[in-house]
Amino acid sequence: MPDAGHKRLIELCNSDKDMAAVPLTTEEEGIGLAAGAWLGGERAALLMQSSGVGNCVNALTLVSNCALPLLMIVTMRGEWGEFNPWQIPMGQATHDVFRLSGVPPMRLERAEDAFAVVSAAAKLAFEGYRGVAVLVAQSLIGAKAFEEKP
Amino acid sequence: MSDALLDRRKVVQALLDRREGLLVVAGLGSSAWDCTAAGDHPLTFPLWGAMGSACMIGLGLALAQPRRRVLVVTGDGEMLMGLGSFATIAAQRPGNLAVVVLDNERYGETGMQKSHTAYGTDLAGVARACGFSKAEVIRSRAQIAGARSDIHRARGPLFFQVKVRREALPLVLPPRDGGYLKHRFREALLGKDSAAS
Repeated sequence: MPDAGHKRLIELCNSDKDMAAVPLTTEEEGIGLAAGAWLGGERAALLMQSSGVGNCVNALTLVSNCALPLLMIVTMRGEWGEFNPWQIPMGQATHDVFRLSGVPPMRLERAEDAFAVVSAAAKLAFEGYRGVAVLVAQSLIGAKAFEEKP
Repeated sequence: MSDALLDRRKVVQALLDRREGLLVVAGLGSSAWDCTAAGDHPLTFPLWGAMGSACMIGLGLALAQPRRRVLVVTGDGEMLMGLGSFATIAAQRPGNLAVVVLDNERYGETGMQKSHTAYGTDLAGVARACGFSKAEVIRSRAQIAGARSDIHRARGPLFFQVKVRREALPLVLPPRDGGYLKHRFREALLGKDSAAS
């Protein structure tokens, strides 16, 4: 999903010849897409913002019912210096929505931990056959950037 | 005139005839029962929930398996839930993906409430506008053989909206265990070692 916090990662995915980056119109499309890719023998990761997590709830039953591996990297809004009140309810609910959906949320708070946390999450997802969400702290991405006009 | 509309079970039977290596995703409800009535198969992945996901599972499969043909069979209700997936699919231009919507203009599993196609939503028009290579409305049996041939050979993404009768047919249920459905699909497609990967 398009997202300011994922901007650099999306660019890296787009330029990596070993990856296919698929833009989605809504987050839950990514759950089905990743499920189909896994059925076909490929791995997928879903990049989104916390505001899209609620859109995924029913689609995530696909992951839990079929024990499908699904790695999600979620940039957080509504938790650290948020200026937009409409982002706060979903951001505050994100951790519990994942937990209630059978998806362990793993926090990423410091840039130097990114490799270790995402690697551990990928192992949990692909070797543990389940959905796993890395929640990238808003304090890490930088709350202030969202207030800047392009 | 419902007499002029097609029999969904016969349509699906004809589309899945001599299916060879075709990978099939069946949308939840009647579409899954129709695919099962045509013959349960390890390379059919029937859904029991996650409504709206069938087309995207088809896209994931089509991208992961570019040398196999992939067919999604679902209903108008599920397709209406995921209209955005038309745009997402068309943006990827998967040449090996076809989507068949069995359109009875009703939510058949929940009491036959009218769906939006009953009020005029043109699903084939949406698919065409999003950029599908072909988007056809099928109203007669004479068109089915051509659609089957296209599903196996024509350059996708393809969309067929098949106008079918509104009828409650006997349930023909596929296996329900998601883990089993996943394993048998991957084993049939990727081989015995797939469980270890």
